Amino acid sequence: MSDLTRLTAAELATRIHTGDVSAVEAAQAHLDRIAEVDGEVHAFLHVGAEAALANAALVDEAIKAGTAPASPLAGVPLALKDVFTTVDMPTTCGSKMLEGWRPPYDATLTARLRAAGITIMGKTNMDEFAMGSSTEHSAYGPTRNPWDLSRIPGGSGGGSAAALAAFEAPLAIGTDTGGSIRQPAAVTGTVGVKPTYGGVSRYGLVACASSLDQGGPCARTVLDAALLHEVIAGHDPLDSTSIDAPVPAVVEAARIGAQGDLSGVRIGVVRELGGEGYQPGVRASFDAALRRLEKLGAEIVEVSCPHFEYGLAAYYLILPSEVSSNLARFDAMRYGLRVDKGASAEEVMAATREAGFGPEAKRRIILGTYALSSGYYDAYYGQAQKVRTLISRDFAAAFEQADVLVSPTAPTTAFPIGEKVDDPLAMYLNDLATIPTNLAGVAGMSVPSGLAEEDGLPVGLQVMAPALGEAVMYRVGAAFEAARDADEGGPLIARVPEVAK
Amino acid sequence: MTTTAPALVDFDDVLARYEPTLGLEVHVELSTATKMFCGCPTDFGAEPNTQVCPTCLGLPGSLPVVNQAAVEAAIRIGLALNCSIAPWGRFARKNYFYPDMPKNFQTSQYDEPIAVNGWMDVQLEDGEVVRVGIERAHMEEDTGKSLHVGGADGRIHGAEYSLLDYNRAGVPLIEIVTKMIPDTGARAPEVARAYVTQLRDLIKSLGVSDVRMDQGSMRCDVNLSLSPTGSGVLGTRTETKNVNSLRSVERAVRFEMQRQAGVLDGGGSIVQETRHFEEQSGSTRPGRRKETSEDYRYFPEPDLVPIAPSAEWVEELRGTLPELPWEHRKRIQEAWGLSDEELRDLVNAGALELIEATVAEGAPAGEARSWWVAYLAQQANMRGVELADLPITPAQVARVIALVAAGDLNNKLARQVVDGVLAGEGEPDEVVEKRGLKVVSDDGALIAAVDEALAAQPDVVEKIKGGKVQAAGAIVGAVMKATKGQADAKRVRELIIERCS
Repeated sequence: MSDLTRLTAAELATRIHTGDVSAVEAAQAHLDRIAEVDGEVHAFLHVGAEAALANAALVDEAIKAGTAPASPLAGVPLALKDVFTTVDMPTTCGSKMLEGWRPPYDATLTARLRAAGITIMGKTNMDEFAMGSSTEHSAYGPTRNPWDLSRIPGGSGGGSAAALAAFEAPLAIGTDTGGSIRQPAAVTGTVGVKPTYGGVSRYGLVACASSLDQGGPCARTVLDAALLHEVIAGHDPLDSTSIDAPVPAVVEAARIGAQGDLSGVRIGVVRELGGEGYQPGVRASFDAALRRLEKLGAEIVEVSCPHFEYGLAAYYLILPSEVSSNLARFDAMRYGLRVDKGASAEEVMAATREAGFGPEAKRRIILGTYALSSGYYDAYYGQAQKVRTLISRDFAAAFEQADVLVSPTAPTTAFPIGEKVDDPLAMYLNDLATIPTNLAGVAGMSVPSGLAEEDGLPVGLQVMAPALGEAVMYRVGAAFEAARDADEGGPLIARVPEVAK
Repeated sequence: MTTTAPALVDFDDVLARYEPTLGLEVHVELSTATKMFCGCPTDFGAEPNTQVCPTCLGLPGSLPVVNQAAVEAAIRIGLALNCSIAPWGRFARKNYFYPDMPKNFQTSQYDEPIAVNGWMDVQLEDGEVVRVGIERAHMEEDTGKSLHVGGADGRIHGAEYSLLDYNRAGVPLIEIVTKMIPDTGARAPEVARAYVTQLRDLIKSLGVSDVRMDQGSMRCDVNLSLSPTGSGVLGTRTETKNVNSLRSVERAVRFEMQRQAGVLDGGGSIVQETRHFEEQSGSTRPGRRKETSEDYRYFPEPDLVPIAPSAEWVEELRGTLPELPWEHRKRIQEAWGLSDEELRDLVNAGALELIEATVAEGAPAGEARSWWVAYLAQQANMRGVELADLPITPAQVARVIALVAAGDLNNKLARQVVDGVLAGEGEPDEVVEKRGLKVVSDDGALIAAVDEALAAQPDVVEKIKGGKVQAAGAIVGAVMKATKGQADAKRVRELIIERCS
């Protein structure tokens, strides 16, 4: 039965819904797989076996009773990033600050997964409060990349991406503030989508940077990501920034794309995202991807987004500013860690925050506190917001000339654990190509584009689309995926080595 | 080291050398059914921490949604204060750590208030009118309440422990800030009080708050500075908080004028600081001195979308503004033929609305007034409660008045009926029934009583028969005594004349 873990979510769903396989069997197969490999991979912070099997049993009952499945993904296992609240599992955000915290409420996204009958297997590892590009900043130890256990799985959503690549679940949820879904997808050979800002409710997503955070689907195929996208997206009255508009028909778009015809689609290559700083194998894979897209009938055009070069700097002012405020609530007064040192409330707060936050969280809190200080606000936060507007304009102009934009997702393949953890600037550069979409609130995805010649590790192709333009993005992603798989004799993920135990 | 505070300067001496400049900041808790950013109820006096949810507790992942009813109330207050209503505005985060603030930031309109640049004409006791400029009115959320146990005078400093109640956290507040009020001279205390009084009446008439200073639903901060007369140089101001009654407003201004003059006379300078008003002594004391000036690191709240009231909506709300309370009073004064003093007494006693409501229930104005300012005022006084808090409604008073008019009750019995209502014995008619208070107008019973009285006083009968009709009074008294006051005195007199003729 272990081959159940090798199926795509769509395939597994079909087998469950036709009664060929039970949802309980599917859940159990993945629980067995987790038991088998997660000691090495460490994708999960918490596995909710009992609740997973209970959900699966309910799905099976409904199928036996002849009821239509709650959604096309009912009964399919999923790995949930530990940044969404869950009433039946702890929510730690990878931080000591929230060790063991049981939220009294479900995130809207969690509730939608449950309503869709999806089996939530557990909560996945992440950089503390979603700050990092390697999952090394988790207070609970790093996650390892299934392609090479000595390497990072990307971050902050390394746990979700690794769970997919290690076949511990066919579906996962991530959040993307500056690339935390797409960069882990790129370095693990999986698919990750950052929807349009406001496309997926943030209610119950523990905030990193409110104006940038966006939850999104992770999977091993574009179609699976699309199926999951339609489950989690849509307006939520509990999130003021949620868009009150129909969800783009991404499943249909993915199916159309898979037919392999991109004629009439204009694909823009962003000049400013193609320069220095890319690993040769990443560069080569991207060039090959462009040729493949052209072969599919797409028109390749070069576009210029001159302000993207300021994106990283602006991002590292806006993000820490919001972080410094969002993370202020962790003060020991109501929940989470409490260090009873000192006589006053202020001293307890300080001692708790000293003990509870890791170095990256502290670094960003300090940066943000400084950037918002009186006398500095205009020069830092104010200027950064202006850059943000300019980047939005760059996107608007580029989308006049192209339906989607493309770039390599990350500048390098997975790097060794420990290599950049003490060099924040090197770490921040990982998100150079993914940050602009977050600043502008547009959509982006990463699809596997191949393996880098020099290290044999996965490379991702980033596809970006205008706000609520996910349909064309999924179409391009699915077309590319189908063509690549056909040319290379199967999906890239099939080449991930078996986890060495 | 202790320093003795300079002596207070005699009030008249203050004015001989200094000019006061006033500023008033008034916080009004709106009486919306739900809180500013969540659906929790706002009722006063509930069990601690029973009116809370993830959002007003600031739990990780929770998000705010603006209460439209609060925006509507804010706009109506702004319009009533002759302000311009901003067509677009954002909330900001005011960042500081305090245990009763769940997120460690307060969501408040900072540099984009909903209402700006208005005025209110404040009428003083002698009829003089002072126009007070309104700088702004903005929306924000209230904090929770701390109860510090074991320390000196209930302050957090030195407390053994503190209890936190978050029921109030997130209750909508409107902060109304005046422009500087110059040139009030000796009348500064009076102007301050009159402004707050009139503002209270105005907001009450809008029906958007119960504006109870004793319950904290209206709170006032008094800003005051002195400048040497004729210097034209604005002095350093202090901000006095905890001013919780109209009388305290007046006293706080007066005290600060006398205190500051003492400091200045002694060659000292005024420290810009927050001071606390002490109700018992009528003085102010400095708040805890901070080593560094507070930097709130304001920035636009990314979790909320801007508020953009349309011009049509604002006009529609303008149409809902009631008659201004002082205009309304003028109209009532004329209609009831009251002198200025009589009107003021009614207003000060809190009787005006009650009398109006009683009249609205069908009672003649004269009787309604007489009940509320005489017997009922006396009852309220005896019980130590506000007139409005007596357990009797204007409708019940109107019913008693109607029973008297119909001859079913005389004044003495009517007071007993009111006593019954106040004692919780039910509606006036029920009290009449239960206590058997109806006037005896049954001729059979009365004739027996009259004949008995006539037989007992044959000399009086002779006088009446001799034409001295006024002598009947003695018989009336005897009958009333015999019937325990329940006889209809008019009918008794008629019967006496009848029997003697």
